[in-house]
Parts: sequence; structure tokens; C-alpha cells
Amino acid sequence: MTDSKYNPDRRKVIRLIGGAGAAAAVQMLPFGAGLARAAEKFTVGVIYVGSRDDFGYNQSHAQAAAYIKKLPGIEVVEEERVPETIDVEKTMEAMINEDGAQMIFATSFGYFNPYVLKMAKKYPNVRFAHCGGLWSKGMPTNIGSFFGYIDECEYLSGIAAAATSKSKKLGFVAAKPIPQVLRNINAFLLGARSVDPKATVSVIFTGDWSLPVKEAEAANSLIDQGVDVLTCHVDSPKVVIETAERRGIYSCGFHVNQASLAPKGYLTGAEWEWKTPYVILVDNAESGKPMINFLRGGLKEGFVKTSAFGPAVSPATRKISMAVKAKMLQDEFIIFKGPLKDNTGKTVIASGVALSQQNPVLESMNYLVDGVIGQI
Amino acid sequence: MSDASGGIAVGSLLLALLGGAMRVSTPFLFVSLGECITEKSGRINLGLEGTLVFGAMSGYGVAYLTGSPWLGILAAGGSGLLLGVMHGLLCSLPRVNDIAVGIAMMLFGTGLAFFLGKPLIQPVAPTLPSLILGGWSSNTQIQEALRINVLLPIGIALAFALRWAFVHTRWGLALRLVGDNAAAARALGYPVVPVRIVATAVGGFLAGIGGAFLSLYYPGSWNEGLSSGQGLMAVALVIFARWDPVRCALAALLFGAAGALGPALQSQGITSGYYLFNAAPYVLTLILMSMSWSSGRSLAGAPGELSLVNR
Repeated sequence: MTDSKYNPDRRKVIRLIGGAGAAAAVQMLPFGAGLARAAEKFTVGVIYVGSRDDFGYNQSHAQAAAYIKKLPGIEVVEEERVPETIDVEKTMEAMINEDGAQMIFATSFGYFNPYVLKMAKKYPNVRFAHCGGLWSKGMPTNIGSFFGYIDECEYLSGIAAAATSKSKKLGFVAAKPIPQVLRNINAFLLGARSVDPKATVSVIFTGDWSLPVKEAEAANSLIDQGVDVLTCHVDSPKVVIETAERRGIYSCGFHVNQASLAPKGYLTGAEWEWKTPYVILVDNAESGKPMINFLRGGLKEGFVKTSAFGPAVSPATRKISMAVKAKMLQDEFIIFKGPLKDNTGKTVIASGVALSQQNPVLESMNYLVDGVIGQI
Repeated sequence: MSDASGGIAVGSLLLALLGGAMRVSTPFLFVSLGECITEKSGRINLGLEGTLVFGAMSGYGVAYLTGSPWLGILAAGGSGLLLGVMHGLLCSLPRVNDIAVGIAMMLFGTGLAFFLGKPLIQPVAPTLPSLILGGWSSNTQIQEALRINVLLPIGIALAFALRWAFVHTRWGLALRLVGDNAAAARALGYPVVPVRIVATAVGGFLAGIGGAFLSLYYPGSWNEGLSSGQGLMAVALVIFARWDPVRCALAALLFGAAGALGPALQSQGITSGYYLFNAAPYVLTLILMSMSWSSGRSLAGAPGELSLVNR
């Protein structure tokens, strides 16, 4: 059972109260004044699947929303804890009709299909920016999908993890086997194997984005199996990082900087820098340019960044990691290149093939590479 | 599976289940003991899920503000007590259904906890200390499995104490009489409504402590997804345990172990069907419920005044 089931639809209530109040307020204003003011502001709606200060994914978006809120002429309306169900459709409609949102940032993966697609057809004048979805030709052109190549940071985390690990067994607590998660797991493993070819990554899928007890259980089981560096791809890494610290092993963060949760064991981490795409998309909308349907960027473009190294990372390891990072910043580094086998022995990238970050094939990744212990 | 060990390491799996039972079962234990007391008085409090979440939030908040996890536990119990009193009073009004009030209290408790708990997601509160019982072993897995929180032995001791008290003490007798036959209790001069309110309040107190365990020990932080229905499952567990506190404790341990099954198997490389293994506690609830509700021997031991029981 999820909490959302008995979470009353707040927005519906607000809509009822606020709608009546707003109508009355507009009538009280001198003729036309209400409308003129509305035209000056550009209203942006931001929808989160979880809590805005979750030490994770939602927080990384909320930081970007807080940044664009400060820009002149921008008004931001936000709603948290919107499930990836028909609820998000209601939220989007309410933001458009009640708050006058001209642009919506739908930040959770599961919002895209069918909800954002449906709303984009219904409201062709509103811009929909979705995080992580794969926009393809034929989809409404008022949708833009943006994402960051955070696997670059995962690769760097993998280097730090394998170089620091004693058992060379690394652990990964993942939510669901979707392409972005698999890409992170694989990049983490490839980074680890670049410094130690014998390193392995054990994966546990918890089944959902936020299940704290299960995440703690997964972290403990992995540690019991001898894993000594943990990282994760769940909405809030707090529980995993804290569990790792409590059990005296190392950890790599995700989404935002979690160093404060694990002052001893935090090695480094992969962080989002969403304000870069947010600013690009909002500027673009305000100046009336067509929607950017496919916006991607990595370390070089400033969409992602790495956490500062923790005290446990040796100077030699820092040097290796920084050299790779420098290449990434020059666009000279390719993570996924052949020959590459998945963990069932099948060749997934043929010899001589190099898939650069921008290659959309990578965004439909459906395998775990050799060295990852786990199954999709 | 790739280069991990070919077979399942059975010993290690059993240890993982033991560890899971030790870590995960405490909230189940406290909520089910609380619910057991409440139901013995002839009322069902479905709102304990809300109480659990509210207890987790208030316990975390107080522990964070005062720096003492024990004060947090006390605050969680206190807030649970208040919610219990609220349920008890509401249900004492004429023609009020305890199940409906319970659902309302569940929504109220979780909603209020989310609302008040917003600023508590970020800060890190001190957590409860643990007892290290596995020091004799050099195996870290055994050490970890036996690193338990002091609330677990307290809960188990409480289960035995309650079983004894239900039978051998005056208030235990009064509680059971009120729950079994209100008319008889009235005839003997026992105050039926006050006894039920106290029973619900004590139930809420224990459920609040169960919640504080979640936020202050395992997993040990507050966020809105903290309880995945533990409060509700604990209510089901009481029925399965046939209103016997000691069986409640056993069932709680069983549920804890079932919850550990999914991650434990995956960490050993057995990953096919992990959705199924992750659902183990819920499947177990369904199986146990259908077993304990089978016709013929249904509801043996149920308090006669319980609204579940046909009269």
C-alpha cells in the first residue's frame, strides 16, 4: 500500500477554494487590471513525485525551481508528491487553468507516457518540459524532453569506489530497471573496472522510488555479503548513505550532495545541475522561440556535476578520476564502447562500435553489463 | 546471475532472514500489541497506521530538537496516546462506527504528520543505540543480525507480560469482560466506555513508539514514505494471532523475516522474480488472513463485542 492512496487530493480542494477566491478578486479589480498584470508574468508549473527536500531527486529539481523563481518576471507554482497516475494529469490541468501556467516542468519519469503526451495535445499553447522522457518525431512539438548524462559522474564514482574498496565488491541499490537506472549501474561498473578489472557491482532492485525500510534492508544485505562501497539510484539516497556510514563502509552519493550524511565514508557523488536546462528552456519560451524537443547535456554542458572528494579518497585515485573528468569535459571520452557483453554473455555493443553520450540508443538501454551481479 | 557463487548459501540466507526479523519486526510488534489491547476492549482502531506515521514524525522532531532519542520515543508515545484518546472519545459518541473513525484517524494522522514533518526531512536526528549481542562471533553477518535495538526485547517482554496480565490481573479481567460482553461488565459495575478509551489510548501509545522506532532506529530518518503500510498490516496480524500477545510477537518476527526475503535473495544473486519476493509480507498477510478466516473455526478467541463479530 502506498501513502498516496489515502492522501486526499489537496489541489482539488485548493482549486475549489482558490478558484472562488480568485474569481471574486478579479471582479474587484479595476477593469482590465487583473489581466494586464497576468500578461507580464510568465508562470511556470513544477511537479514533483516526492517531497521537495528529500535529499535526492526532487530536491535537485526544487533547487532549480528556486533558482528560476528569482529571475525577473517568472512566477513558479509547485506541487509535491504527485503520483505517476491520472493525478498528474489533474495537477497539470489545474496548473494551466487555475494558475495560468504557460510552461510545465513534469519532473518524474512516469509522467511522460501517457499523461504529458495527452496534455500536450490538449493544450498546444502550453510548453511541457519533461525530465528523462525520450521525445521522438510524431509526438507533440510543444513537448521538450531534457536530461543530463549523469552516467559520466557515475563512471567517475565507479573509479573512486573500486580504487578505495578493499573487497572490490561494490553494491548498488536501485529502484526500478528503467534505462536511466541501468545506464547508471553499467557506467558505475565500467568506471570501477577501469581501475580494477575484477571489481563487481551487486544490484538490488527495491521495486519503487521511495521505500525507506526496503532500501535499508537492501543496503544491509549487500553489506552482509561483503560489499564495502554502496551507491544507489532511488529518489532519496539518505537511507542508503546513512546505513553505509553507520556500518562503517564507503558510499557514493546521487542526485545531490550527501557528504553531510556520511562525513567519514562519503567518497564522491553524481549530482544534477538542473538549473542549466531550466534556464535554457524558460529563456527560450519567454523569447518565443520554438520548444527544444530534445535537450541533453553532461559535465561539459553543466547539466551534471560531481561531489567534492571525501577524505577516504587517496590522492592517486583523485588524480585518475580528474584525468578522466578532464577528458569528459573535452568531449573526448566514451563510456560505452565495444566490445561489450552483458552479464548473460550476449554481446550488446559490437567490437569497434563507440556510442557517444548523445547517441539515443543509450537511452533505451535494457541490459546489465558483464560484472554486474543482478537481473533486470 | 553471473560470477557469484552458483547455489544459494542457505546459512547466509537464514542469517539474513534472522537479521531482517530483528531489524524490521519491532514496529509490527508494538503496533500489534497496542491493537491487541484495544481490540480486547471490544474496539478496532484502524487509525494506528496514522498513529505510527505521526509517532515517527513527532519522535524524530523531538529527538532532533532535544538531542535525546529517548525523549523522542516518549514524545512519540505521548502523541500516539493523544490520537488514541481522540479515537476513543469519538467512538464513544452514540452511533459512531469505530472502523469508520479509524479510517478517518488514519488519514488525519498521516496528513498531519506530513504537514508538520516538512521541515524535518532534511535534519539528521540522533538515533537510538543498539545492543550488540553478537560480539562472541567473528562472523560480521552474525554480529550484524544480532545487533538489536533495546525496544525489541522490551516489546517481547511486554508481549509475555500482557498475556499474563490479561488472565491474572484485575484490570486484565475487566478489559476482557468489557470486550466480550458489555452488558455483563456494566452489571458488574465496570465502567465500559472509560475502559475502552483507556485501552485505545494505551494502544495508541504503543503504536506511536512503533513509529518512533522507524524514524529513530531503522531505517532511522523521517520522510513521507517511511511506513509502507506497517500499521495496517499489524492490525491484520492481531487477527491472525487470535488476540494473543505472544502470538502477535511471533507473527511480527515472521513478517520481519518475510520482508527481508527479497533483498536477501537479491544480494546473493537470486534476482529473478524479485517483485514477487518483495511482495512476500503482503502475500503472507493475505495467506494468513484467508487461513485464519476459513469457515468453521473462524474468529476463535475474538472479543465478543468486536464489530467484526456477527451478533
